[in-house]
Amino acid sequence: MTANGLLQLAFFLGAIILLTKPLGAYMARVYQGERTFMDPVVGWLERLIYRLSGVNPAEEMDWKANAASMLLFNFLGLIVVYALERVQQLLPLNPVGLGAVASDTSFNTAVSFASNTNWQAYGGETTMSYLTQMAGLTVQNFVSAASGMAVLTLFIRGLARHSAETLGNFWVDMTRSVLYILLPLSIVLSLVLVSQGVVQTFSPSVSVPLLEQTTDASGANVTQQVIAVGPAASQIAIKQLGTNGGGFFNVNSAHPFENPTPLTDVLEMLSILLIAAALCYTFGKMVGDTRQGWSVLAAMMIVLLVFTCWAYEAESNGNPKFPSPAVDQTTTSLNPGGNMEGKEVRFGIVNSAAWAVATTAASNGSVNAMHDSFTPMGGLVTLVMMQLGEVIFGGVGSGLYGMLVFVIVAVFVAGLLVGRTPEYLGHKIEAYEMKMASILILIMPLTVLGLTALGVILDAGKAGIANPGPHGFTEVLYAFTSQGNNNGSAFGGIGANTPFYNLTGSIAMLISRYWLVVPTLALAGSVVKKKLVPVSEGTLPTHTPLFVFWLIAVVLIVGALNFLPALALGPIAEHFMMVH
Amino acid sequence: MVNELQAGKQVVGSTSDQLKNRPIALTGEMVRRAVGDAFVKLNPRSMARNPVMFVVEVGSALTTALWIQALWGTGEAPAWYIGGVSLWLWFTVLFANFSEALAEGRGKAQADALRRARKDIVAKRLNAPRHGSPFEIVASSALRKGDVFLVEVGEVISADGEVIEGVASVDESAITGESAPVIRESGGDRSAVTGGTRVLSDWLVIRLTAEPGGGFLDRMIKLIEGAKRQKTPNEIALNILLAAFTIIFLVVCATLLPFSIFSVAAAGQGTPITMTVLVALLVCLIPTTIGGLLSAIGIAGMDRMIRHNVIATSGRAIEAAGDVDVLLLDKTGTITLGNRMATEFTPAPGISKERLADGSQLASLADETPEGRSIVVLAKEKYGLRGREIHEISAQFVAFSAQTRMSGVDIQSDGTSAQRIIRKGAADSMRAYVERLGGVYPAAVQQTVQDVGRAGATPLVVVENKEVLGVIHLKDIVKGGIKERFAHLRRMGIKTVMITGDNPLTATAIAAESGVDDFLAEATPEDKLKLIREYQRGGRLVAMTGDGTNDAPALAQADVAVAMNTGTQSAREAANMIDLDSNPTKLLEIVEIGKQLLMTRGTLTTFSIANDVAKYFAIIPAAFATTYPALNALNIMGLATPQSAILSAVIFNALIIVALIPLALKGVKYRPVSAVELLRRHLLIYGVGGLIAPFVGIKLIDLFIHAIGLV
Repeated sequence: MTANGLLQLAFFLGAIILLTKPLGAYMARVYQGERTFMDPVVGWLERLIYRLSGVNPAEEMDWKANAASMLLFNFLGLIVVYALERVQQLLPLNPVGLGAVASDTSFNTAVSFASNTNWQAYGGETTMSYLTQMAGLTVQNFVSAASGMAVLTLFIRGLARHSAETLGNFWVDMTRSVLYILLPLSIVLSLVLVSQGVVQTFSPSVSVPLLEQTTDASGANVTQQVIAVGPAASQIAIKQLGTNGGGFFNVNSAHPFENPTPLTDVLEMLSILLIAAALCYTFGKMVGDTRQGWSVLAAMMIVLLVFTCWAYEAESNGNPKFPSPAVDQTTTSLNPGGNMEGKEVRFGIVNSAAWAVATTAASNGSVNAMHDSFTPMGGLVTLVMMQLGEVIFGGVGSGLYGMLVFVIVAVFVAGLLVGRTPEYLGHKIEAYEMKMASILILIMPLTVLGLTALGVILDAGKAGIANPGPHGFTEVLYAFTSQGNNNGSAFGGIGANTPFYNLTGSIAMLISRYWLVVPTLALAGSVVKKKLVPVSEGTLPTHTPLFVFWLIAVVLIVGALNFLPALALGPIAEHFMMVH
Repeated sequence: MVNELQAGKQVVGSTSDQLKNRPIALTGEMVRRAVGDAFVKLNPRSMARNPVMFVVEVGSALTTALWIQALWGTGEAPAWYIGGVSLWLWFTVLFANFSEALAEGRGKAQADALRRARKDIVAKRLNAPRHGSPFEIVASSALRKGDVFLVEVGEVISADGEVIEGVASVDESAITGESAPVIRESGGDRSAVTGGTRVLSDWLVIRLTAEPGGGFLDRMIKLIEGAKRQKTPNEIALNILLAAFTIIFLVVCATLLPFSIFSVAAAGQGTPITMTVLVALLVCLIPTTIGGLLSAIGIAGMDRMIRHNVIATSGRAIEAAGDVDVLLLDKTGTITLGNRMATEFTPAPGISKERLADGSQLASLADETPEGRSIVVLAKEKYGLRGREIHEISAQFVAFSAQTRMSGVDIQSDGTSAQRIIRKGAADSMRAYVERLGGVYPAAVQQTVQDVGRAGATPLVVVENKEVLGVIHLKDIVKGGIKERFAHLRRMGIKTVMITGDNPLTATAIAAESGVDDFLAEATPEDKLKLIREYQRGGRLVAMTGDGTNDAPALAQADVAVAMNTGTQSAREAANMIDLDSNPTKLLEIVEIGKQLLMTRGTLTTFSIANDVAKYFAIIPAAFATTYPALNALNIMGLATPQSAILSAVIFNALIIVALIPLALKGVKYRPVSAVELLRRHLLIYGVGGLIAPFVGIKLIDLFIHAIGLV
């Protein structure tokens, strides 16, 4: 670790905190149907969409109707993406002439983008036509993010209202998320990215003569390099902002056409956490007590900071097994030092580590360095960030509603500790809420551990593993952790584009997104009916540092305890084998 | 039986602090019975009610099978080791069962005693509902609701009922443990009688209000025995969470086997994790501490109520008591001592204090009301006037009557002194009296009367012949320590509301003096009901006490309703708790017991989950010692061998249940502090303590079993 590196971290986290309030307050206005400066720009479009689709924006729905709407809408999106991939060779905007995508890959990709996971079993530039990338994937980047934000908004209304039946209208919240929040932010970010050199074009790939000629595997001379280009900037902006993470190019944000400069790097990194952080403020605003939002954000920030420093420290220390004269791992002004394998020199240790932690914390999944090449402890951090259930920022919308479920569990136990039936924001937490909360914390570890067990026991699973020893185990664990939490980042080192991994991965992504949405909305549908319990001296305040600490403890204990044995056989074993 | 309940009674009579510190008296017989019951409870059908412990039982059976296999020489590990783990897993189940049986034991003993009181007795069923009507002798079990029967001196009342004719003294010690007899009479608030109590004098004609077997005594037996014990809402919610943890850890352990098989192949060394270790890990991880003690905590909560001589009709009511945020308290008896007392004499202009005191005392000598007696006492204490007997001074007492609205004394002239006609009474009637006699009612007295009223006291004006002597202050005396108690409640977030029939002026003054948060003056039963509904609409939980028939609607509406045992049958039926001591202040203790119940569950849950961290550090390096020896770096406790590490963790897990049984039965000590303060305290003790304790415990057990050469 260097002072410069820590300063960059402080700047990064400081910028997020500064942006939280203005964006959060704006989003609260959007979701409460209040007038904003964007009304003249997109108001007509919003009304037009409602008229064309027959949605009555004034109509409110209960949790079941909202859940059904969300599932139906996402199912249709999944079908469209699948169809586009399967017939892209017949459709325009395919200058390279890419063929139809294999059915298992198509299904996996369709599920992946509909569920806001953006796990990519394929290499973008060599698999997907421009039309598929734009009309299929980028559209899903917007609406899958907006779906998460809409579900969160419905959930927040459940907490904000008392003695009510309805939560709002999914279609309205989803439309407004796209038009008022995601679209304007993406346009601004895309333009800045283009100014920095991110490509945005419909031209086919470019061929350039090699300065240094080489030979390929068969011994033939290679004189030309094919450089893939395409409409990248527009997709990159939303994949960062919407915690999607699916890159235009295979190597994602490590690619110079996706993330060319330190400026784009910090902007893209900010975009990963920006909306998820600001939604905390939106939450506080909508329940009428911004302290509630800040305390949740504080818990997220503290965990993120601690784990970022941990990963940064691990990567800075490098690999003690390397002989010191041969491999110089000391940090100097000329040498980044530490473990630079799989990292871009233009980002160095600190920005690679910070990105890795942010992208796994936030269910984004875009990468600017190869997680497979991280030190065991660095890799462990990325795994743990996902295994906490993607609640440290998490996906836009989904992260916060996941965190609020943890808050409810924390409130429940804390309520018992102080001798009072637990209540949160004036709602009594009773058996039904605990049932839903239990399902929500239960499903993810079951899915991830169960599928990982399949992966390491079946030959179809073992065939994809590229590395020996505990590292190979980590690769399988990471693949299912990433998909089972709708993160989508790849550890690498695993041949995941096989029918086995495509199918099991799809199951993990479907469960993690849609099975969790139903109990989440059911929970909101239950608390919204409850009578307001007025605050008294006996009420446990949920905005104190003590409660923030308790919430962190609950998140860590529930998350860490489930995965510790598995981690022991992966990164932890690898770490101790490396240092001993 | 009487002795046992009386023992409980004495405890109630002592201060509540003494009670909480009093260790639970366990007889050897109760412990022996609990040990036996612990084995009986191993029946899988009864274990299945508790998912956590059921998993442990299945694990115990599985390891036992593995042990038998090992005895045949084909085991996955040495037989002594599998057998050791298996034995301690069985102990874990037995310890949990023991805790439940022990908690039930106290209740069973009490129930047995009560059952002896409910001997099958005969009743004299009357043909017509009046005394003197012919009767037939039937078995009490043949009586039906609505039947009328006669009970005469020395007989036991055969079932719960309402007195419709007669007055009698009744020995209710079978129920209350109080040996002093009580009066039961028809009409009014003393008409309810309980089956199993004995008529000591006179006779009663009683109409049956409960079917046989459904009477108060039967209900009490059922409650105490736990036959009707249902899981309370909060307990259900906690059970769901614990079941979720159990399922998660089941999957964690089940998937560890394929993980381990893969790792052995990947590392090229070692053997896969054994079933024994997997089961041991599972049992250590699932929340057995709270899972094993949960049921005992609930039963003990009910038991604590019984030791406070409160019978709760459901566990739900006890739990609700912890959540109460508004207490409606009757002024008389709860906030103030039962009666008003004279506190001061204010003489009229030109009259000495001594003369007023003398006149007041004379006027009250024969006044047997508590107020009258308090005037005599005040005169004696303050002015040294000794009590005189009426006959000594040839005086004639004039009793209070509704017409004159005054009382007093006429002292005949004995030659040396003039005739004295002394009267005391309410200000307005005394003014009319003086003016009718042609006397002057001084303005200063009028002023005093107003001042006294404003201060919350009642003024009595004393007149001798036609001269006004002055004013006696009669005041409600607020119970000592009640102000501090209300301050405690306020800190806990509980609002206290005083209910009184007094006028608002008096009520304001008493409310200010007692520190109560709010009051309802000139309260009628309808007002009470309305007030409760209002609070409930605002989302509050309301507790109240009551005894009269007119309290019944409000009791039925309140979330926690405590009826006095001396109260009417309808009040007792409307309530969800009955206070056998008939002490309205008991409500405060009931709230504390409810909170204690929740806190005990919360603290043990936190402790149980926090324990898992240390168990991982013991078991993970041991389980994978042959595959990845490097993982021994996690063995920060320095446990001797893999076997001793796993055995120590399992033994700790079992022993901690035994160690915490006293806490589960006694409950976490209640402190009247704010929620934040309480959370901080409990997190520190049970959260941080729960992290550290098993590190120490497992290490000590490891040292011990290593020292005795077991491993």
